[in-house]
Amino acid sequence: MPDPTPESNSAPMEEALLPPTSPPPPLSVEGLKERFGDQQLAVTDFFGELTMVIPAEALLDVCHRLKESPEYNFNVCMDISAVDHLPRQPRFDVNYHLASVPAGHRLRVKVMLPGPDPIIESVTSLWGTANWWEREVYDLMGVVFTHHPDLRRIQMPEDWVGHPHRRDYPTGKYAVTFTPPPPGFEPGK
Amino acid sequence: MTDLAHWPTDTADPSTEREIATETMTLNMGPQHPSTHGVLRLVLELDGEIVVKCTPIIGYLHTGIEKSCEDKTYHKVVPLTDRMDYLAPMLNNYAYCLAVEKLLGLEIPERAMYIRVMMAELTRIASHLVWLGTHAMDLGAMTVFFYAFRERERVLSMYEMLSGVRMMSSYFRIGGVSEDLPFGFEREVRTFLDDMERDRLDEYETLLTSNEIFIERSKGVGYISPQDALDMGLTGPPLRAAGIPWDNRKTCPYGGYEKFDFEIALGTNSDVYDRYKVRIKEMRESVKIARQALEGMPEGRFRAAHPRYTPPDKKMLATSMEALIHHFKYYTEGFHPPKGEVYVATETGKGELGCYLCSDGTPKPRRVHFRGPSFINLESLPKMAVGRPIADLVAAIGSIDIVLGEVDR
Repeated sequence: MPDPTPESNSAPMEEALLPPTSPPPPLSVEGLKERFGDQQLAVTDFFGELTMVIPAEALLDVCHRLKESPEYNFNVCMDISAVDHLPRQPRFDVNYHLASVPAGHRLRVKVMLPGPDPIIESVTSLWGTANWWEREVYDLMGVVFTHHPDLRRIQMPEDWVGHPHRRDYPTGKYAVTFTPPPPGFEPGK
Repeated sequence: MTDLAHWPTDTADPSTEREIATETMTLNMGPQHPSTHGVLRLVLELDGEIVVKCTPIIGYLHTGIEKSCEDKTYHKVVPLTDRMDYLAPMLNNYAYCLAVEKLLGLEIPERAMYIRVMMAELTRIASHLVWLGTHAMDLGAMTVFFYAFRERERVLSMYEMLSGVRMMSSYFRIGGVSEDLPFGFEREVRTFLDDMERDRLDEYETLLTSNEIFIERSKGVGYISPQDALDMGLTGPPLRAAGIPWDNRKTCPYGGYEKFDFEIALGTNSDVYDRYKVRIKEMRESVKIARQALEGMPEGRFRAAHPRYTPPDKKMLATSMEALIHHFKYYTEGFHPPKGEVYVATETGKGELGCYLCSDGTPKPRRVHFRGPSFINLESLPKMAVGRPIADLVAAIGSIDIVLGEVDR
């Protein structure tokens, strides 16, 4: 079968973007603690997954260093999600799952936020992908991300009241769209 | 509306000609539109036919799967995962089961591992076939659809042989799979793989690879630079079409994939055509992996035997009182996993499907979160579409391969 040769319209791939050819040395708890020793943090290892718990104020600084420093180079933000630990205080965990394509590492950065109105800095300036993830976390968990370019609901309708993924939001009780709710009915109450 | 007061009265005068008011038009595309592959809605700002701004609006299929998971014991979550990416149910089961097994520290038997890899690769082929048929139809090639669905139907019959259900199979279970392979299943798989390898994949390529119209519609369309692709968290075939060999089966192997020999399909141009080539190559590689799994299939148990985390064998229930009690406890109360949280990254046909699981020690998960690849891949659609005609937007949507069940979850 004739194979049409593609004309390349992209620049040659930068070496820095390619994944490693051999398995990388694993990230170490000590290494992270030493590197980010100026911040108040805890690093844990659970089944080979490293979790770095940092204070909310340090988020942008730590993420910036994780992304830019050549030894870590976490250039992809795979996932942002939040957990509601009601009745624990601080109530919310926001997890950032980072991946480094050039180094082949993965890391979870965790920030604990007090409820019921958690606020945290947005990381959209570092990773473009954070835009929709933060919208989703805001929509479903009610975490407000400051300096987010477009913080709107993403899954629920725009006029929805409440944040469905919170533990105090009951399942199975919802207003049917297109029909007026009964008087005094409030979703989530 | 255009303000008529600003319209020039004498267009012959060259000094006023520049002042002609032009404005963009806002057009709503979807949610019921055949080329948006489900209930995706796009608000387009158009300058003539050129897309100036593209805003995807999602959530029309939001079913609260993640929230529903919190109300169920761990093994009851499996059927819910089928419904996310309903074109590749087993790959979703896979991510969830791997996450639970990692949390429990459960070793699964070799045979279960091989069955899972084989079924995962057949599922990948089925998922790519649906993409191939619908994508080609978006670009005006009707025939491919019939060919692709003919082969997909065979994979669905295999699901039926395994689980009795064609689509929502829930075949993978915590600790292994639900049943051993039925009689005659190996032969079914072997003939399917033989057919695919011998001529079916070549047939699709004959229809498309050097098809003038297809090339016109896809070459150089939907371009996204490798840097942008990483920044936007693009994974799966669109990322590999940009030339970045990132495939979780190779870069962070799970479920025994390190034992199999295959290549990462790679593109160079990061356009719609290269994504097509990457997926076709991936189907060939999947055939290779599935064949290795089939030929190397060891004997043994199809599900781990654990006193707490897996149900007892069915035949034990007739003879052992303890097994009966265990069975009853397992299906009513569930089991208590250790406290902790895990994230497992798997590779589906669409990209990285991650499963984040947070356990508080009770039989129901505190939080289950899925990193749906379609959700994040869709986010980069505006980057691919802006500055190009609407027809290219349709090609770009098809090339990302979204399933709205997974986007909205």
